Amino acid sequence: MLRRDFLKALGCVPLICAAPNLAIAASPTGEYRNLLILIEFKGGNDGLNMVIPYADDNYYALRPRIAIPRDQVVQLDERTGLHPALQPMLPLWQAGEVAVVQGVGYPDPNLSHFRAIEIWDTASASNEYLEQGWLSRTFAQFPPPQGFAAEGVSIGSADLGPLAGGARAIVLNNADQFAREAKLADDAPIQRSNAALAHILKVENDVQHAASHLDGHYAFKTEFPKTAFGNAIHTAAEVIANQSGVAVVRISMNGFDTHTNQQPTQARLLKEFAEGVVALKASLTELNRWDTSMLMTYSEFGRRPQDNAGNGTDHGTAAPHFIIGGMVKGGLYGKPPALQQLENSNLTYGVDFRSLYSTVHQKWWRLPASSIPGGHFTNLNIIRT
Amino acid sequence: MLRFWITTILLLSATLADAAGMGEADAWHLLARTGFAPTAAELSDYARLSHSAAVDQLLAQTVQQAITPVPAELAEYSPPPRFKDLSEEEKKQFQREQIQHGLQLRARWMQEMVATPSPLTEHMTLFWHNHFVSSIQKVKSPALMLAQNQLLRRDALGNFGDMLHAVAKDPAMIIYLDNLQNRKAQPNENFAREVMELFTLGIGNYTEQDVREAARAFTGWSLDRDTGAFLNRPFQHDNGIKTVLGQTGNFNGDDVLDILLQQPATAEWVTQKLWRDLISDHPDPAEIKRLAAIFRDQHYEIRPLLRAILLSDAFWAPQNRGNLVKSPVELLVGSVRQLNIHQLDPRILALTSRQLEQDLFAPPNVKGWPGGDSWINSTTLLNRKQFLDKLTRGADMPLPEQNMIQPPATPEQRLARLTQRGMNHIDYAPDNWIGNLAAQPQDQYRRAEHLLLAAAPSEPVAPGLPPADYVRTLLLDPVYQLK
Repeated sequence: MLRRDFLKALGCVPLICAAPNLAIAASPTGEYRNLLILIEFKGGNDGLNMVIPYADDNYYALRPRIAIPRDQVVQLDERTGLHPALQPMLPLWQAGEVAVVQGVGYPDPNLSHFRAIEIWDTASASNEYLEQGWLSRTFAQFPPPQGFAAEGVSIGSADLGPLAGGARAIVLNNADQFAREAKLADDAPIQRSNAALAHILKVENDVQHAASHLDGHYAFKTEFPKTAFGNAIHTAAEVIANQSGVAVVRISMNGFDTHTNQQPTQARLLKEFAEGVVALKASLTELNRWDTSMLMTYSEFGRRPQDNAGNGTDHGTAAPHFIIGGMVKGGLYGKPPALQQLENSNLTYGVDFRSLYSTVHQKWWRLPASSIPGGHFTNLNIIRT
Repeated sequence: MLRFWITTILLLSATLADAAGMGEADAWHLLARTGFAPTAAELSDYARLSHSAAVDQLLAQTVQQAITPVPAELAEYSPPPRFKDLSEEEKKQFQREQIQHGLQLRARWMQEMVATPSPLTEHMTLFWHNHFVSSIQKVKSPALMLAQNQLLRRDALGNFGDMLHAVAKDPAMIIYLDNLQNRKAQPNENFAREVMELFTLGIGNYTEQDVREAARAFTGWSLDRDTGAFLNRPFQHDNGIKTVLGQTGNFNGDDVLDILLQQPATAEWVTQKLWRDLISDHPDPAEIKRLAAIFRDQHYEIRPLLRAILLSDAFWAPQNRGNLVKSPVELLVGSVRQLNIHQLDPRILALTSRQLEQDLFAPPNVKGWPGGDSWINSTTLLNRKQFLDKLTRGADMPLPEQNMIQPPATPEQRLARLTQRGMNHIDYAPDNWIGNLAAQPQDQYRRAEHLLLAAAPSEPVAPGLPPADYVRTLLLDPVYQLK
């Protein structure tokens, strides 16, 4: 409020009177100087065709219609390779900045989109129903600095996912549009007596707070791909360029529910992803933030190893995920898919997804060990010290 | 002496007000909760009635059929095509038609809500749509979704037991909860689980074994794919003995529904859901028991239950005024009704509602829209305000495009689409609107505030604004989001 009054006194409205860009002058302090970038593959990404066990004959036997031919796989070692659309990411792999965690899942997996993503978002057990997103729980106990524009920014999805239920978070699709529309939000003191009104006023204050901190543009040299994901990365980079900081950026990519005709769809999405990651590294390097940023992918589930009659795949269970960043120790982690030992026609998991959250918690943000990610899970040794 | 006269006058006027009716504040609360925020005429009509007379009038004026005509192509069921036999062009054509019909379906309901003589009927139809959830995303057929909507409207204020039996055999529901796949040899538990968890008992009042046994009883309830009609397939029905909630017999689906209706938990589950819809987010357990007993004693007749809820102390309590968030539908339809903007294309209302995360006929999952405070996040709040801002500026709103499947591929196509698409001109005249509210300007402003807001604005409105700015300021106040 003070800053707003101050600017008012100067005779300019914060949203119109853009502050000079001070991205380099000050950066956020404390544990949350380390930024988490979550990339959600909405719909259930087919992990087996993203990180491919190309030396396993079972893979080709299970997928007569959609297997990636061995000679097209981007080989990482003698058994494991990437989908050819991920070729642009190869330099990052070679620089040792890409951790591939295989077999991420949880016991008693749920195959409904709705329930499965709720499990991932709230870091619950399969039969446990939690209201709050796991990051909201983290931030309630260990709040990021008040000076941050927002605790979390969500791009490309109307829901807040892991930031739902309390985090100071905003949904952002286009920073300019947000700034324009934010003028419609009031900045009134919260009235406690009426819970519904208090909620609306909190959202308004979050919007105002974020909008008043997210002013100014950074002129990137990086060229961002002209795709939906490329635009999202651009928006994310502008948020990160801002002096006032944010602890989490979450970007959702849609369209991974490939029940039919999977190959062209997944190839397009993975290409968008890979090119976006390259642009992200370039832009964050410009900002001198690559070493304090970590990207992590997630998805409600992987897909069925056996392809279906429609050249697609049905809902499955465990899947590989990427963790990428300047401080990441690249390499293969977790459990490679055991295609000869399926359970109910699906993969068994090797790494509980809450291990990833716990790693973010304790290794990336250096927060005390706690049960916020839903219990105690083994941390992955994927961060350089 | 002076004090004596003031007291006397106050007492007199209070008595007069009582005799004359509940007054505008109470009328606003009743109408906004049971339908949409009222027009000036509705408000003064109901203000003259007592609480019980007003509730009785609302309940007496309900209807069982919509007044908005159904386009013929919407009502006509066509069996799902065999995609394998279609060419690419035929597939695209089919998808375009599906999208068009889906939009027509939504727009027609929006139109009905704007025009209805009984907002309570539409309010309850929407309530049951969010209770007996089906989604066009899975059902696919607009005609079957329309038929379900007609069923829910017909029974919206009728008998809950009858509605439950009808919904269980409703073709859209049969598809939505996979009873098509529920066969003796391979039972599918989806419907059996949700009918207990969400439609009747609520979680914790049945076991996994009850679900499995009930699923067997529903085997064979299916659908004739050619006509879209309910079809009982006796050869797929499991004629064995089942045990559900302690009762044993060779039950069919209707038997199981009757067993569910015998459980006290069912009346309590439905009653607490209505409490959350009409009173507050915090049902009072003792009151729920009292009201649920009325519901059961009246054999699940919905009217007596609603009457009891609407005449309860809790409904009228000061702390339960303006404490609920308007749903997107309530916000949009209420604004259009209140500001008398009737030339707004209902397709725009339908698409805006989707943007505000209440896509009619397509709730996110079988639990329905979570509602309450979760309607409001930074995106939906800004989108709500942007719509209201446009509305009060009389801005032109783009009509939905004929073909919304593919984004334009080339810049030329994009340009063509922008220049060719129709615009819906909003002919809103705030001066006339506010001028009709009262004779004196200061009364006009006060009346506009009482008509538009559930409570005083969260920030006082600056004096001296022209009518258009004054109305816009009220609409953009956070309190406008409340009912």
